[in-house]
Amino acid sequence: MTIDSAAMRSNIVGLALIAPLVIFLAFTFLVPLGRMLVLSVSDTELAAIMPRSVIALASWDGETLPDEEAFAAVAADLAAAREDRTAGTAARRLGYASAEWRTVLSSTARSLPDDASSITNWQDTLVSIEPAWGQAKIWHALAEARGPFTDIHVLTALGMDGGPDSGLYVNVLVRTFVIAISATAICLLLAMPAAYLLSSVSGPLAGLLMLTLLLPLWTSVLVRSTSWLVILQKNGILNQILMALRITNAPLDLIYNRTGVLIALTHVLLPYAVLPLYAAMKSLPKSQMQASRSLGGGPLSGFFRVYLPQVLPGLSAGGLMVFILALGYYITPLLLGGQGDQMLPFYIAYNTLQALNWGLAASLAGGLLIVTVILYLLYVRLVGVERVRV
Amino acid sequence: MFDSMKFWTVLTRLAGILVLLFLLLPLFAIIPLAFNAGSIVSYPMTGLSTRWFEAVVSTPRWLNSIGNSMIVAAATVALSVPLGTAAALGLDRLHFAGKSVVMAILISPMIVPVIITAVGVYFFFAPMGLANSLLGLILAHSAIAVPYVLVSVNAVASQRDRRLERAGSSLGATPFVVFRTITMPLILPGIVSGAIFAFAASFDEVVIAMMITGPDQKTLPRELLSGTRENLDPSVLAVATIIIAISAGLLVALNLVGAKRKVAG
Amino acid sequence: MMKHTVVAVAALLAAIAPAAARDLTVVSWGGVFQDAQREVYFDPFREETGIPLAEDSWDGGIGVLRTKIEAGDANNWDVVEVEAEEEALGCEEGLFEVIDPALVGGVDQYIEGSVTECGVPANIAAIVAAYDGAVFPEGPQSWADVFDTAKYPGKRAFRSGPKMNLEFALMADGVAPADVYTVLSTPEGVDRAFAKLDSIKDDIVWWTSGNQPMQLLGSGEVAFTTTYNGRVAAANLENSRDFRIMWEGGALNVDSWVILRGSPNKDNAIKLLDFLGRADRQVEWPSKLGYGVGNVEAQAQLPAELAETLPTSPEHLEAGIKIDANFWIRNIDALNERFASWSSQ
Repeated sequence: MTIDSAAMRSNIVGLALIAPLVIFLAFTFLVPLGRMLVLSVSDTELAAIMPRSVIALASWDGETLPDEEAFAAVAADLAAAREDRTAGTAARRLGYASAEWRTVLSSTARSLPDDASSITNWQDTLVSIEPAWGQAKIWHALAEARGPFTDIHVLTALGMDGGPDSGLYVNVLVRTFVIAISATAICLLLAMPAAYLLSSVSGPLAGLLMLTLLLPLWTSVLVRSTSWLVILQKNGILNQILMALRITNAPLDLIYNRTGVLIALTHVLLPYAVLPLYAAMKSLPKSQMQASRSLGGGPLSGFFRVYLPQVLPGLSAGGLMVFILALGYYITPLLLGGQGDQMLPFYIAYNTLQALNWGLAASLAGGLLIVTVILYLLYVRLVGVERVRV
Repeated sequence: MFDSMKFWTVLTRLAGILVLLFLLLPLFAIIPLAFNAGSIVSYPMTGLSTRWFEAVVSTPRWLNSIGNSMIVAAATVALSVPLGTAAALGLDRLHFAGKSVVMAILISPMIVPVIITAVGVYFFFAPMGLANSLLGLILAHSAIAVPYVLVSVNAVASQRDRRLERAGSSLGATPFVVFRTITMPLILPGIVSGAIFAFAASFDEVVIAMMITGPDQKTLPRELLSGTRENLDPSVLAVATIIIAISAGLLVALNLVGAKRKVAG
Repeated sequence: MMKHTVVAVAALLAAIAPAAARDLTVVSWGGVFQDAQREVYFDPFREETGIPLAEDSWDGGIGVLRTKIEAGDANNWDVVEVEAEEEALGCEEGLFEVIDPALVGGVDQYIEGSVTECGVPANIAAIVAAYDGAVFPEGPQSWADVFDTAKYPGKRAFRSGPKMNLEFALMADGVAPADVYTVLSTPEGVDRAFAKLDSIKDDIVWWTSGNQPMQLLGSGEVAFTTTYNGRVAAANLENSRDFRIMWEGGALNVDSWVILRGSPNKDNAIKLLDFLGRADRQVEWPSKLGYGVGNVEAQAQLPAELAETLPTSPEHLEAGIKIDANFWIRNIDALNERFASWSSQ
């Protein structure tokens, strides 16, 4: 048997062993994610409920008001939708462009005359119910919503939809990054002394200290968030200690704001920064600092010129991982933040379960996914895939 | 000069101790309150009582959720351990340039924010009737748990002494016998620690559970989330105390296996 | 050994498989509220009919109900307690089953106008301001006081969402209770309400579920909170505290029971609704938490001293406003969106 054919056989057996997992992940992970991305651009709701209007508007020039036929089509569609109780769905879809259209469509459907046979002029009828029908804007919104694809959710996610609240998701995105970067910076700062301490002791004490690092890591994020709730509230443990020590006279606001989110997020993510740094420090010969010192370097210059550059790979690995993880946190800000401290994951869940705007939820999730994947590939490239540990 | 060095070392260690305390102490802050007599979750305590622990063990919804969590976590282990172990051994045999890409994709469920997986699974599973069932939750949990098994087994497998297997083969053992008698014992610590990681990943997970479970399938973290959001009383803290004890138990188990968390660097 | 394994695996599979039929599921507001409902309504229903009844809880919001229907088979709720505008909007959008009143006791059994196409009255509550009598013995006298952070330092907890908060803000800004919805129906009125909320935005903690307000107040996190009136007495009883209600400008809200469309348990759901509306059940409800009921006969049987503590007593009706469901049907979606955007800035 030649070496080549042995390698080939090894590859085939290897792939056969991997195949079940690939199939499994395709079903439970990869395809669902792909389907979600498709959802962010698909747009079929309105055409299903207002087919006549979609056809009538196909020949519209987009400049002037559409003709009477289009008005009659909208009226017929909305009357049928009211009967089927689907007008709300059509209104919701039109409302993605502007909340105003949602109200217009619902109230038109609600106010259409029961007996349509006496109506000769649908344009006047619709305009008298809702004056918005007399302007081209809502017709443009209708024409754009005919599907089957749309860019409206992606544009909304990027703050480019032009509506009055269009800055919301840009704000959220910026906020998500600011919180993640702050948490990463705090984690790295705190990780240095902790990792140093861990790397400088040995024996049973080292095991014990390691446990203090790992126990929090093993404890549910939910439990830890609840504990911070107890510690940080106005009459919480921390405020009572601070006031007993006369550090502050009145209790500080530590919860339902950015402070609470950052404290809890740091607590959750810190171990991920300490562990790689600890590994880097552990592998460093102690003699180096001594050498630096014997050459006349002070402790600080020794730290910055000799020590830091050598642990930098561990530091950046930890920092990158902390940042990636921080971007995706949902529970911690939910329990400890105010309304202005919620990150992208909150809005993904909000639009999925509460606002019923799945296209927007999928767009936001797609954006977060892309950023995460890019950073993850960067990590794999810089640190190596065999060192990915969460 | 010498003194200043010593000063900095002591200062750094002191800071290190403070940081470790910052990590550890919050876990214990809630334990006393779980024994509070009143219903408001705040110090000072109004009296000592075990009523909230009694409430937990006598409330069907807490007991159901513990049962559901155990079933889901156990099934997740049963599903993810064979899949992950086979894939790790498969990766071990691969010799081509794209190997690290394959590995990166297979462990990506561990990295991708859970909310994204949860939303994707929600849209995908619901039309198939897999929402509102423990099966759907188990499948989704296995997807996020399998990377832990893969990584654990891979770490052990890549460091094993391959000469033993070659010796076995050259002595005439079939590949299966080699696997069972030589490879398997060598990678067993990796499998066991992978299984513990997988169990913990499922046992802790709340976001997917929030999306795809109904009232009958609520898991412990899902019930705990309801507790903190909708129904905050000390029974939530009693459950949290129980969870901390379980976590500590898992950690001790992991250390007994000897497969200490292999550190990234 | 092998046999045991097979049995264990089979049992496990049975536990995890998607259930062919799920139990009738009733959804309410959780916490002490649902505990009380369990005592008065749900447990007796289970006992009397033998029908298994599962429970869930939620925090309200028409979008949540829309999502449940949109999710099709993934929907796992049958009977839900909803607020007035959710009932009307959801009925119009086809989220609920249309109910034949004759099957649930007839229209005459309930307060006039409270039975609708899709809903029967579940509970009558007032959303009021609450404070700790130990901290403020005098308490706030009006919404203007509640919004006055100089006179009453500390944070305030409000329910996350525009509904009620806009009304309270307008009253705090000097609008007479009777004129609240007239003002709110104009764009300027909405701006004015948001501006008033904006003036104390940094001092607001938002709550989402009915159990949070009393925790926030009890732990001293906030000086005032809006809450459902019944939660106040319950918190006092449980913790021997002196939380008090400001009835002035409280908002009266009538909740309804509805059945989600396509419920696989529709027949049992109707049976449950019929049971929930019975006078012998409803008469026990007000004494639990201090909420009103929709059953006329039950209302008439209440002892006078109890009746006057309820949100439906003439004195409390006089002091408060009634939530205008029609206003919210028309505006809830647009204002929800504006609120979400405003509150997260």
